[in-house]
Amino acid sequence: MIPAADVLPPALEVTGLVKRYGDVTAVAGLSLAVRAGECFGLLGPNGAGKTTTLEICEGLATADEGEVRLLGRAWRTDAGWLRQRIGLALQETQLAEKLTVYETLRLFASFYHAPRMVNDVIPLVGLEEKRDARVGTLSGGQKQRLAIACALVGDPKVLFLDEPTTGLDPQSRRQLWDLIEAYKRAGGTVVLTTHYMDEAERLCDRIAIVDHGRVIAEGTPRALVGSIGAEHVIRFVLADGAEVPSALLEALPGVRVVAGTRDDGTELQCTAVHETVPALLGLLAQRGARLADLRTHAPTLEDVFVSLTGRALREA
Amino acid sequence: MAKPFPALSIVQLTLVRIKEFVREPEAMFWSFVFPLLLAAGLGIAFRSRPPEQLRVALVRDAASDSLERVLERGGGLVVDVLDDSTALMRLRTGQVALVADRDAGGTLRYEFDPERPDGRAARFLVNDALQRAAGRPDPVPVVERTVRERGSRYIDFFIPGLLGMNLMSSGIWGIAFSVVTARNRKLLKRLAATPMSRAEYLASYLLSRLGFLAAEVVVIVGFGALAFNVPVRGSVGVFALVTLLGALAFSGLGLLVASRATTVEGASGLANLVMLPQWIFSGVFFSSKNFPDALQPFISLLPLTATVDALRGNLLQGSGLVELAPHLGIILAWLVVTFGLALRLFRWR
Repeated sequence: MIPAADVLPPALEVTGLVKRYGDVTAVAGLSLAVRAGECFGLLGPNGAGKTTTLEICEGLATADEGEVRLLGRAWRTDAGWLRQRIGLALQETQLAEKLTVYETLRLFASFYHAPRMVNDVIPLVGLEEKRDARVGTLSGGQKQRLAIACALVGDPKVLFLDEPTTGLDPQSRRQLWDLIEAYKRAGGTVVLTTHYMDEAERLCDRIAIVDHGRVIAEGTPRALVGSIGAEHVIRFVLADGAEVPSALLEALPGVRVVAGTRDDGTELQCTAVHETVPALLGLLAQRGARLADLRTHAPTLEDVFVSLTGRALREA
Repeated sequence: MAKPFPALSIVQLTLVRIKEFVREPEAMFWSFVFPLLLAAGLGIAFRSRPPEQLRVALVRDAASDSLERVLERGGGLVVDVLDDSTALMRLRTGQVALVADRDAGGTLRYEFDPERPDGRAARFLVNDALQRAAGRPDPVPVVERTVRERGSRYIDFFIPGLLGMNLMSSGIWGIAFSVVTARNRKLLKRLAATPMSRAEYLASYLLSRLGFLAAEVVVIVGFGALAFNVPVRGSVGVFALVTLLGALAFSGLGLLVASRATTVEGASGLANLVMLPQWIFSGVFFSSKNFPDALQPFISLLPLTATVDALRGNLLQGSGLVELAPHLGIILAWLVVTFGLALRLFRWR
């Protein structure tokens, strides 16, 4: 019988992590646990401490306080053992441009005791046709897939990905998601950071929302979205830069949270859209404000972040 | 688990270094073509230099015509007859080495700068010619024999210097740029996250240099031997050992230069700081013995001095291991110290 996920020891356990750079505290007592075989996402705005946390977990930085246990071991005592068993893609690595895809992977494979065959890894990331092309000639998406191939070639138990799809076009992003899902189906554990909600919702079994170096919420995407208790989000933009005081909006029936958006719009998280919308239209008509745009959508992780911090994820 | 040889990381790292270098046409030019152009230029410039002619001035007066004839017969002198002020002006600006004049009483007057070697030489040549013409006998008979031997020409002196200089520049530039670029592109950080051995990474730079070393040495020494008949008198084994150790020591220096710099500009500054004193002091272009005695202990400890002296000893005098041991010891010490320090100081992010 296969034990339930809860019974397995965690692949990664982080407790009370603190990291300071001078006066800046990048990570302020962060704790989390990642189960073996799951995809765990750290979701948060830029500067929230996601990358620092990941680098400490990857053994690239040391924490000022707190503990990291990866596959049951600590970096301090078992660095060589751990490096053989993890794969990672950093946010900004540029691989050597003069080498080919094959040569790059063969180099990375040479570092591991029991690497995968390079010729097996290339098809995994869909770079068969680029096998002998120089890295400098690859597109952004292809380079990123090669970076992931470098992470996979050591046959890792845990894969760390720092913003794997930032700056990629939609097609490349979907290709990368397929790749990560295939790794997970084969039993791998994934820890990734992202500031894209759609990415987190699609890939992650569980998510920790990180802000100012702390986990402010944790759970499955569905549970997190459900936790804000809103059934709908109404998003509107007023014509001619008109404004309505948020106290008036909060008083509308069914409204739970009011927040500004990046493009000068306003979002209302509400429980009963059929009551809130007529009341909102009435309020605007009474104040002589005209709508430039009005739409509603089901709540997303973005709305969870807004309801927790009062700020939008990407402007925070 | 034993891996096949080509799958070893040190082999892969070294191959990657070599491929990256070969695929960079500019690096190939500076390592191979540029030294040859330099050697050819200097070789031609110093190849068949006639005995140096000293230019002196005579002040135009009643006596100057007869003096001019005497001096020109003496040889080795070019004589300008000028008026007083022009002659002095030319002396002051270094265009003539000496101004000579004979006053009405028959006394010879020389004006020259005793701190200039050509001034002193001109004074003796001029005085000698004029005194002999006036009837001075030479009490002791003299026989002169001039020597122009292969091995003592400037090009013979220069080819080992050029080889040493090239070992230094390719070691330092080649490695420093490659390492700093990799650090800049966060590639070092990515590699540091793998189980790669860090010592192997640094060692791969030393090993890859050896692949090009043979080519560099054959090109430079072969060119000297074929084009200028520069002698190769020592044993090939000792020569190979000297170049090998020299190349490794300069690679170690290159790694040390690159161990912390995060920008190419920073690394260039540091590389120049390391190389410039050696270009000047280590006797590449002219003998390091020209510097004051107080500096000699310091100069002889420089890795380029040790390499160039050992190469000259081997190629020109045919010195063996025993005579070259002090130089080899200095080079080896540089290799051990620089590599050890680089490994300790190296910044991976």
